[in-house]
Amino acid sequence: MEWTVRSIRDRVASGKLQSREAVERFFARIEKIEPQVGAFLTLLKETALEQAAKVDEKIASGRPLGPLAGVPVAVKDNLCTTFGPTTCASRMLENFISPYNAHVIEKLLAADAVIVGKTNMDEFAMGSSTENSGLKKTCNPWDISRVPGGSSGGSAAAVAARMCAAALGSDTGGSIRQPAGFCGVVGLKPTYGRVSRYGLVAYGSSLDQIGPITQTVEDAAVLLNVIAGHDPRDSTCVSEQTAPVPDYTAGLETPLEGLRIAVVESFLEGIQAEVQQAIEEALRLYQKLGARLVPIQMPHFEYAVSAYYVIATAEASSNLARYDGVHYGYRSPRAGSYIEVYSKSRDEALGAEVKRRIMLGTFALSSGYYDAYYLKALKVRNLIRNDFTRAFEQADCLMMPVSPTTAFRFGEKTADPLQMYLADIYTIAVNLAGVPAVSIPCGLDRQNLPIGLQIVTAPFTESMLLRIARMFEKSTQWHSCMPDIAK
Amino acid sequence: MSESYKIVVGLEIHVHLATRSKMFCGCELSYGQPPNTRVCPVCIGMPGVLPVMNRTAFEYAVLTAMALHCQIASFTKWDRKSYYYPDLPKNYQISQYDLPIGRDGYIEIPEEGGGTKKIRIRRVHLEEDAGKNIHDLGGYTAVDLNRAGAPLLEIVTEPDMNSPAEVRAMAEELRRIVRFLGVSEGDMQKGHMRFEPNVNLHIRRGGQVFKTPITEVKNLNSFRALEKSIAYEAHRQYEEFLETGQTLQMGNKKTFGWDDVQEVTVLQREKEEAHDYRYFPEPDLVPVRLTAEQIKELESRLGELPLQMQKRFETQYGLIAYDAGVLTAERATAEFFDRTVRLGAEPKRVCNLLTQVGLKIANELSVRVDQLRMTPESLAKLAKMTEEGLVSATSANQIFEQIAREGGDPEAIAKERNLIQSSDSGQIEALVDAVIAEQPQAVQDVVQESKKAKKALGFLMGQVIQKSGGQANPKIVSQILQAKLDALKNP
Repeated sequence: MEWTVRSIRDRVASGKLQSREAVERFFARIEKIEPQVGAFLTLLKETALEQAAKVDEKIASGRPLGPLAGVPVAVKDNLCTTFGPTTCASRMLENFISPYNAHVIEKLLAADAVIVGKTNMDEFAMGSSTENSGLKKTCNPWDISRVPGGSSGGSAAAVAARMCAAALGSDTGGSIRQPAGFCGVVGLKPTYGRVSRYGLVAYGSSLDQIGPITQTVEDAAVLLNVIAGHDPRDSTCVSEQTAPVPDYTAGLETPLEGLRIAVVESFLEGIQAEVQQAIEEALRLYQKLGARLVPIQMPHFEYAVSAYYVIATAEASSNLARYDGVHYGYRSPRAGSYIEVYSKSRDEALGAEVKRRIMLGTFALSSGYYDAYYLKALKVRNLIRNDFTRAFEQADCLMMPVSPTTAFRFGEKTADPLQMYLADIYTIAVNLAGVPAVSIPCGLDRQNLPIGLQIVTAPFTESMLLRIARMFEKSTQWHSCMPDIAK
Repeated sequence: MSESYKIVVGLEIHVHLATRSKMFCGCELSYGQPPNTRVCPVCIGMPGVLPVMNRTAFEYAVLTAMALHCQIASFTKWDRKSYYYPDLPKNYQISQYDLPIGRDGYIEIPEEGGGTKKIRIRRVHLEEDAGKNIHDLGGYTAVDLNRAGAPLLEIVTEPDMNSPAEVRAMAEELRRIVRFLGVSEGDMQKGHMRFEPNVNLHIRRGGQVFKTPITEVKNLNSFRALEKSIAYEAHRQYEEFLETGQTLQMGNKKTFGWDDVQEVTVLQREKEEAHDYRYFPEPDLVPVRLTAEQIKELESRLGELPLQMQKRFETQYGLIAYDAGVLTAERATAEFFDRTVRLGAEPKRVCNLLTQVGLKIANELSVRVDQLRMTPESLAKLAKMTEEGLVSATSANQIFEQIAREGGDPEAIAKERNLIQSSDSGQIEALVDAVIAEQPQAVQDVVQESKKAKKALGFLMGQVIQKSGGQANPKIVSQILQAKLDALKNP
């Protein structure tokens, strides 16, 4: 694990490695691997070298270094940057350059990180395979005939192929955890309100949360240390008084004693056998480490996907209304009237899945349907939240799969959107409840494809969540498995 | 004619709040600036931005709702109202739907004859304004977003107004309240307040009441236009009713625009479009809770309302309604007046000095009366000096003006500028005697009570004052002169 965030930072700080060298080393890898994987929409070599030079200068002049000094990081292309475009993998924003940096980008730069590029994703983060990107195809580094998962597929693939030390993604219904699971890396979705969303292009505002995708649990903690905390520009971001930000790396190595793990028996039914076996194996390992399993029920879990596709699409239909060809972004050259500026620009620049979700959401909010759909979905959301609250009264964490299968082949599910939606059952409920969850590698199937274990804890208990994850990581080697392409 | 009609008007009002920054971002609120110079990523709806509520705007809205005697919501939230228009960058407006800041209130308006009338307020809510489309650019429409995101208070009344004059009185009273509270500049010409009346008639014919279709009137840029448009609409609707017999039905509401030059309303939209705004709670903002303490604190900031104050000035200080109205147009003026009078000065005298000189200079310098260098203490002193005849009314005005601009003590200034009137009766008597001796003809006219007697008396007065170099107290001159002349009449 020579090129983890922690190890790069330590070597840069101690003068063993120049930031510039680290950046050049990763760009050399990118040149070699990227043509097969296609994780990046934009490579930012020039600005990355400038950022690296600043770090090296700091070292030379003995100034204090940030916690990510010299670490090459990739960011999902729905995080606004003033350097390079912010496209959301949409033709609508193909040439859009943001006039400001997202809060997390400011944080990364302030921590002396080096941003190597913007990663591919499902258009406006809508999808679970990155196949909905309007601009590029990203392949799973473990098998380039398969999807990397999504929507943060580019970020997960880039980390899995070691084209960057770590990456940021965003998670609305599993978009960090599922691609992390498909690509065999660590993906953390923090509690809703833990990380400022300012500068994250909104999809489902009440569900969206930014988080790290890393090679190790420790790296996830290091990145969370940098990006967590209050930001007055995001009213939904909690204050330090309500939820102080601890040092997430502190105590990480100390296993939890008497850990109680909630499990829902039915969650392991009807899924890919190897996934089931890997999760069961993981649970046995935890038991060996002293944990106790607590069988519980999550009675409203089965309604999560339905509720999600009402709430997320309703919010999306409104959030995406601004992409109208008037003020910025794509404008159809064929538009005559101003109404056509809207309809033709949107028709020509937005992809099928985005349109489908806008229409779903518009319908759900329409007069006469609001109570039956949106309001009902909010009620279901509350019930699901209650399910989690009850679960965490009985146990410290909940463990379940990230997805029912390992990475699937391109085109396998595109014909049936509903099948694609249903595969997100295990991740979606977590967003509805706003609780934190992590996906860590816990096995490989017979086709050598990674399997992810999902751990969920109560709101703002990321410290404990990461400690629980680290217990497993410490006792296994799955996190150090790399796809051949990266070796 | 056995037929009569009643005009029925409800108002939808938009008030721009005079906060320093916009509703959901830090941009400066400033009118008349070059297009798109008061904008930021938030108010122009760039990808990834989030709104942050302007606390002051919220407080201003609560204060106004309180002044309108509304029930104040201790829990409110924000909602998105969706519609596509180029001046609306996000294509949704952040507004309040089912939980407005205030509801079920009323405004008291002055009526002719000294009484008041209550107009019920249905709701008061806060929202963000849109930008402005500029069409006259030869084939293109441009969008100016300086105004986008400005805090806008929407006030909806019940249809409780029954004459053009009442509508105007309501509008003017509301303006006085918002100016009094300092929550808006309330300038209609500058678009700080927009009034959109909904007008129809209830026509009584043969024991039956017919209601005409409701008309919404837009494009009203002055109180005069507001008043005239109601009168015009009433007339037009009555004529239309006589011609077509059409009555109020679902969906036959029409929108008219006021033509300020022709002074007529012009049909803009025949039928109310079936808008579906797809309201839903704004996920980017947290609900706003007001604690009992916060409500109490805001109530304490409310103070006396202008109409109450006006009535008090009339009854307590004996001012006429017009004067009391001028003084209570702005809180600063009203409070300045009140404080001065409480120091023992004569109310009418203070009112004259304040309205004739104080407001004039304040206006000239574009400041409030209380920002002049005149203090209530100095003004009370000046009023007393005038009352006691130490200075003439004209001199008092001059002294006020000097203090207002440069500061100073009224007595010191009066002395310095030689404006103190003499009240020394011995000295004045000598002057009177001299004038009587010098002007036998005029004296004779007075004594013989000829036709010229009144004029002659004035002339003699003037002579004495002139002799004194303008410093003799006219009251005392008049007394002595009168006594001497009376003595001549009855020797």
